[in-house]
This record gives sequence, structure tokens and C-alpha cells, in this order.
Amino acid sequence: MSTLRISGGTVYDPRNGIDGEVRELWIRDGKIIDPPDDPDVRPDRTLDATGLVIMPGGVDMHCHIAGPKVNTARKMMPDDKRVAPPVRRTALTRSGSTGAVPSTFATGYLYAGLGYTTAFDAAIPPLTARHAHEELDDTPIIDKGFYVLMGNNHYVMKKLQAGEPQLLKAYVAWLLNATKGYAAKLVNPGGVEVWKATGGNATGIDDNVEHFDVSPRQIISGVSQAVTELGLPHPVHIHCNNLGMPGNWTTTLETMKSLDGHRGHLTHVQFHSYGGNVDDQSTFCSQVPELADYINQHQDLTVDVGQVMFSETTSMTGDGPLGYFLHKVTGRKWFSADTEMEAGCGIVPITYKSKSTVHALQWAIGLEWYLLVNDPWRIAMSTDHPNGGSFLAYPEIIALLMDRSRREEVLNRVPAAVRDRCTLGDLDREYTLNEIAIITRAAPARMLGLDHKGHLGVGADADITIYSRNDDIQRMFEIPRYVLHKGNVVVDDGEVRSNEKGTLLHVAPQYDVAAVPDIQEWFEQFYTIRFRNYPVDESYLHDHRIVPTNPMQ
Amino acid sequence: MSTLESSTSTNAAGELKIVEDATCTFCGCVCDDMELTVEDNRITKAKNACVLGKAWFFNHHIEDRPEATIEGKPASYEEAIEAAAEILLNATYPITYGLSDTTCEAQRKALAITDWIGGIVDTTTSVCHGPSGMAFQGVGEVTCSLGEIKNRADFLIFWGGNPAESHPRHFTKYSLMPKGEFVPKGRKDRTAVLIDVRKTKSAKAADIFLQLKPRSDFELAWALRGLAKGIDIDPKVEQKTGIPLDTLRDMMDRMKAAQFGAILFGMGLTMTRGKHINSEAVLSLARDMNQHTRWVAKPMRGHGNVTGADNVVSWTTGYPFGVNLGRGYPRFNPGEFTTSDVLARQEADAALIIASDPMSNFSQPARDHLRSIKSVVLDPKLSETAKVATVAFTTATYGINTPGTVYRMDDVPIPLRPAFESPYRSDLEILKAIEHRIREHQLAGVQ
Repeated sequence: MSTLRISGGTVYDPRNGIDGEVRELWIRDGKIIDPPDDPDVRPDRTLDATGLVIMPGGVDMHCHIAGPKVNTARKMMPDDKRVAPPVRRTALTRSGSTGAVPSTFATGYLYAGLGYTTAFDAAIPPLTARHAHEELDDTPIIDKGFYVLMGNNHYVMKKLQAGEPQLLKAYVAWLLNATKGYAAKLVNPGGVEVWKATGGNATGIDDNVEHFDVSPRQIISGVSQAVTELGLPHPVHIHCNNLGMPGNWTTTLETMKSLDGHRGHLTHVQFHSYGGNVDDQSTFCSQVPELADYINQHQDLTVDVGQVMFSETTSMTGDGPLGYFLHKVTGRKWFSADTEMEAGCGIVPITYKSKSTVHALQWAIGLEWYLLVNDPWRIAMSTDHPNGGSFLAYPEIIALLMDRSRREEVLNRVPAAVRDRCTLGDLDREYTLNEIAIITRAAPARMLGLDHKGHLGVGADADITIYSRNDDIQRMFEIPRYVLHKGNVVVDDGEVRSNEKGTLLHVAPQYDVAAVPDIQEWFEQFYTIRFRNYPVDESYLHDHRIVPTNPMQ
Repeated sequence: MSTLESSTSTNAAGELKIVEDATCTFCGCVCDDMELTVEDNRITKAKNACVLGKAWFFNHHIEDRPEATIEGKPASYEEAIEAAAEILLNATYPITYGLSDTTCEAQRKALAITDWIGGIVDTTTSVCHGPSGMAFQGVGEVTCSLGEIKNRADFLIFWGGNPAESHPRHFTKYSLMPKGEFVPKGRKDRTAVLIDVRKTKSAKAADIFLQLKPRSDFELAWALRGLAKGIDIDPKVEQKTGIPLDTLRDMMDRMKAAQFGAILFGMGLTMTRGKHINSEAVLSLARDMNQHTRWVAKPMRGHGNVTGADNVVSWTTGYPFGVNLGRGYPRFNPGEFTTSDVLARQEADAALIIASDPMSNFSQPARDHLRSIKSVVLDPKLSETAKVATVAFTTATYGINTPGTVYRMDDVPIPLRPAFESPYRSDLEILKAIEHRIREHQLAGVQ
């Protein structure tokens, strides 16, 4: 097979300890290979990267890009798309629409154009996994996968209540196999079921979920135990209870503690770090220092931020009661959809305004997280796309992290109360390029257990982003000079040159098949589709790859 | 795509075949619990099927028709593909229409073709629940999967529809009759209301029948919204709707007292005076009721995979139907880019019609224009539209002969298990070949 050499570029490959060194990269069959020992060996092609900055392709570990919730948001928001720049059809590539929720083809091209080569949708109800796969099949270039909603699943709650952890563990594995998903996701554990049943919500992790007689704490601890024992590559991925509520930081701290030594990932943690009183908006403030301190002291925990950016966007969540809350707060159109036995969903358009003290605090609280977690390997960049803003805002976030004066500039134009109610104004830290490479690719790849992603060592996927240096950091990251996926140049100076499909990443954990009759009996009693028509078979997967698990013996 | 192997058992003679967990694609219920008995390429038994499903399965036999025709004359498949590609490539304003009775896999190919040639793509949604889609864009929707109704709903309002005849298993499988987790006594745990302008067969199944005057759906929904919010309503609402205010008050009290209510509405609501405004009123009513207890609303979709079509068009273009790709990117405007309008204004100069029969149900001006332009038609039957096609393909029937994916009316995707093979090709295979030919032409131009 043909070889490609990328020469002359300055490489940032944190996982392999390379911090801005001029290195050659050799690529064959879509993988990084050792440079040949014999200096006379010539590559088939050379890409001259002299003066350019080289990083592994970006990895977005938490976004919403496929499946019923995302597609409903597309359908619901023609007003948003009408004013957004379209993606035009070219001789090689398909057309699409953008705005807060781009169409599938546009999503693939936009991620690639940004230098991101891997992305995971964070919330798919198992019953609609087939839909997610169909969309991901129409999302070109990037490698991708999704997390499976389990935090309000009736079988999960019933097995917890009955004290049958072995059946729970088997079910988690069975469900990941049935959906061809990547990780276990908890969204407002227990709270969504309360919403579905009564229109209420769980208010803390020790609330009781009626009918099932379990608490969010039991769900968190039970599922994290199962995930640990199954040895899934990514730990339990948690969207805590009480998202967005003033004073919710105590719930977040309790959630961290409830993991009790199990690995866990707390997602869009910005939305869960608020002090203050629910009934008095003037008390709304940051509690990031306390939470970041806990993270700094607990090696088993990781977070992604869910940065809020001032923009017009569409919130979408598996957190049904949150959708209702946002509808009541904003008065804007509201979509809610409950999925039998499994999950909820809420969609509401939202505008984050720099003139709003609350919104500006949310923006500042996100940045505090990046700046207060000492170890960049345990924090990943995200906007919880499109909830806090579009993934297209990542270059702007990078610029804010690398340049303190940019943060000051914003702090000076938002309401003055923001400085008093968070620590952002006191934080001098500025990210280095190496640290940016960690939080945008190396760390999320490690958190996901993706050995072949997020680095440029021998054997890694040759997903590579090459940037032109620019004093304007945002500009530098907005338009990479080249993007390579599996060793092929897919973007050249902003122009998408590929319509390839990318690879679907999923897990296939082993489980005790003796558990299946119990699952089937429950399933056939309550679902409205046949048990045999539920699992997604391999024909729905395009090029796919099973990421290995490492079960406890 | 789905290529599920059918789980089948064959008797000793090898002629009888049982297909379990097969899916009926006749209506939006998309029941996936069919047990089909197949003998000599005919379905002879369809256990669990309703009267409509049985008709769908039993009346399906392979007609002895040419695989393809050009100008009505039998043609080879290859000639027909070439002719179809040529028509679409040479068109300046082509339109792709139908799509609601084929698989998502075929729909995706139709979208690809329309994108590459820069045409309009539109589905039968534009002539059925299009108004509901537009209402949804205005006010949103509070809804759920059908299993939520089965397991929780203790109050059901059927509005402007006649499920007993249009969706016969909706009552028994999803809404009225089944025992559910939180409604263990099934029918006894539920109150059912039918709102319609005439007393249909569905009235018998309901506890309360409210016969409203034609063209007053909006006023009724608005009065209920007012009552939900505690606003005084003018008793004259009775003159408009034919329903006394006291009856409405009583109904609102019951609605508020319910644990989980659902409004299931049909085209009697969406296609009468007010159209999408009616849908907006009903969607808003269900939304507002959540201030008191849990309520949802759901349109009762008709065609087997019209919901899949909405989804595929949306994820591909960002818009649900009536999408114009002529400028090289998607634009959405119902009324401007919807098929019946584009044809009636004599704008389109070629058509690709998939699994739909606009010549049977469009307006005369639209039909006259469709007859006058070049068209490529894919249909299992010799439909009125196939009769006027420039190039017509006889196709295998989805769900009976071909695998693939369909979306139930509640957006739940379900795989198909075909019963027997058709001598004809699937929509997917034909569309794939047309796309391939079109791309060969286009890329030759590039290089």
C-alpha cells in the first residue's frame, strides 16, 4: 500500500510526550507507522508541513448530532435555518442546512472542516437506536458512535429494587449489544421517570422514584458498578439531577461521592455547578472552586464542560422535566417526547445573551472549570452541542483559554455582578497549545478508552489536523490547513474533498445469556414492538469497529 | 440498511413457510407482530392482522407485467435506467414525490438523486399531515411513543379521526384496550372521548361522543384552552360548535383529573377549515394541560412509512417536506415547493414519483401538468400515475417482498421481514442504479 510522509511540521502529541517538536509522520493503510530505518526509502507521497502545527484529529466526546431528538429539532426550527449559511452541493459532496442543528451531511463536513475526526452523540433512547444508526450512516467523514440512555429505564430500576445486580449487569451489556452503542448514559437518573409519571421531577439524589421505589443514588451506583464490572472502555456518563437549577452544586457533589471509587464521567458539568437559591435569581453564583477541588482530588473522575457561548441555539435533552422548565422560563416553543420504558426528551430554542447576568455567569462558570481543573487529562472541551452553543464555537473557546485578555474583554462588557459571583476575573492561567491538544483530542480519546485515537504514535489512526500558525488563535483553529482522516486528505484549506463514510464505533460486551428470558418476559409485557424486532443488526452499521471491553474476572 | 433474515419454518414439502414478527406497512400503526403463512408466493394467512392488514397481505400477488416500460412499451431494465437517468439529468426543474410507501433505505437514495440533480423533494405529508408539521414548527409538540399511551394513558381523546376503520388495531394494541403497567385493568382504567363531525364506527368504542359542527374544530380547541387556563368562555361557543359549554366544562374537569391524557388527532382536524391553525390549537391545548397533569398529543399518521419519509427528508435537508434543492442547497416553503402546487402552476419539467399515485388524487390542473411532462414512476401496481409515466418500473412491495426500515407514526423505527421474493426489483435497487448512472454522467463532466 502507498505511504505518506508528513514532513517539517511542529507536532503536538501529548499522549506520546511530544510538545511542539518538529517530527516526521509516516502513514500507511490509514495508520501511523514507524519511519523507515533506511533513509533511502522514499514515501509514495509527501505532504510538506514546514512551519505548520500538527495535532491528532479532534475528538468530541459529548454532542447531539443524530437520532430522534436531533432530527426533531431540525424539523422544528426552519426559522433558525432560514438565516444560517447553507452548505452547498459540490461535485463530490452533498448539500445541507446549518444553524444550531445542521443536517447530517452538513454535520460531517463541518466537523471535518474544523479538524474534528471523531464525535459521539450523547443520548440515544435504545428503542430508536436504529434511527441513530441510519443518520450516522448519512454523516460523512467522521468516526462516530453514541451513548445509550439507561438512567430511567424500567428494567434497570426494577432490578435495582429487587436487588438483582447480576441481571442488571447482564441487561446493560445486552442493551449495548442490542443497540450497537458505545457507553452507558444516565440523564437525570430517576427524575425523568417522575416527570413521565406525574409531571414532577427528582430534586435530589435521595428522592424516591415511586412505583419503582428506587433513588437516583441507587441508579448511579448500580449502573456504575455494572459498567465497571463489564469493563466498558468509557465509564458511566452522567448528566446529574437538577441541571440548571441554582444551588444544584450540592447534588453534583453528592453524585460524585455516590460513585464511591468507581470511575465516572460527569458531563456538561458547567450546568451543574451553581450556587444560590432556586427562588431568588439574584443569589445565582458559581460553585466551581469547590467542585473542581473535589475533581482535583479524585483521580477516577473526569468531566466535560458544556460551555455556554452567547448565541442563538436550540437546547435538546433527554431530561424531559428540564425541557418543560426551559419552556416555562423562555416561553418559547417546546417539544417533549417520552419513550416507553426508557427515556424522555425536551427541545426548546434558547438565546444566550451577554446582557443577561445568568447567561454571562454560565459562560464564566464554564471557563472557570477549564481553568480550575489542574490536570487537563481529566477535562474535555464541549459545548454539549448544540445546548451551550455549536461545536463551531470551539476555536473561540480555545482563544479564550489561551488568552487571558480576551476573557477580560468579555468580562468588561457583561453585567458587573458576574465578577462578584465567580472567580473568573482572578484566574491568570493561560492554556498552552499542548494543553489545548490534550482537552480537545488526547484527553477525550483516553476517557473514551479509544487507544487508536487522540494521538500520533505508531498504530494510531492517521486522523491528523494541520494548522497554519496565526496570531489570531481563533482563526488558526477555525480553518485548518489540512485535515486527514485515515491518512487521506479530507479537507484542504477549508475545502471538503471527501464524501467517505467514516467508521461506527461500538462495544460488544459479553453477558450471561441465561439472563435473556427474564429481559424478554419483561419486554413482551410492556413494549409495543416485538422483542425480536428490537435489536439493531449489523446490516445497519456501515464500516464499524468493536472497541474491546476488559471485564472484571 | 436492514437485511434481516426472515425467521421461517418450512414444512416437509418445502412449500409452506411461516414468517414470524413480520411487519404490516399498510397504515401508520406499523404493527410488527404479524405471523404470515406463505404458500407458493402467496400469503394465505396473516395472524394478528386487522381487516386492512389482511387485505394488504392477501391481495398482494405478483402481476404479470413488464419489469419496465418506456412510453408504455416494454423495455429492458438497463434501457429504462438509462432513460430515467437521462430524463432527470436533462430536467431544469425536476420534482421527486411520494416516498411514504417505501423503505427509508429507498427514501435515502431518492434524496441523494434529488440532491445531485438539484430538484424538489416532497412527500405525501404535504397532502395529509403537512399542516400538523407546520403547526409543530409554530408551537412545538408534547408527545410520546405509543407504548407510553398503552402503559399510562387513562384519558384518551380521538379528534377528527375514525381509528376503528382507518387504524383498526390502534384501539386494541396501543391506546384503548391494552393493559399497561400503570393502567393494569386496560379499558376499565381509561376514559375515551371521540370528537368528530359525524358519528363514525369509532363512536361505539368511546365513553363520550362529542359531535361538533363542521368547521368549528378551532373554536372548540380554543374554548378548551381557555377553560384549562381558568378563563371565562362565552356560552355562545355552543352555537358555533354545537357543544354546550357545560359539557366542555365537565370534560375539562375530567381532563385535569386524569393521570395521563392523550389527544390523538386525524385528518378530520388538519384538512378542514383552519388546517394548521387547528393543529396548533390542539397541540397547544395538550401542552397547556401539562400545567395540571401529564398530557400529550399525537397525529394519527396514515401511510406505512410517511413518518420515515419525514425523518429522512429532515435529516438530509433539515426540513420535513416541500424542499427545493435547485440552488444547490435546501430551501423550504410549503405552498411554493409542495408538489400539488408546483404541478398546478406548471413549473416542474420532470418528475420522479415513488410509490405514490398523484394521478388519482391531485387536482385537475396538477394532473394535467404531470401528464404533460416526462416522468419516472416506481410502483408495484399499474397505478394511474404509472400509466402516464415516460419510464415506469414495476417494483417489489416493501415489507412483503423487500427488507428495510419503516418508522411507525410515533417515530419508532421497525425492521421489515419479507415474506417471499418478488420477480421485480426493489425501489432501493432501482434508485441506486439511477443514482449510479447520474453520478457517472456528472463525474465524467468533472474529470
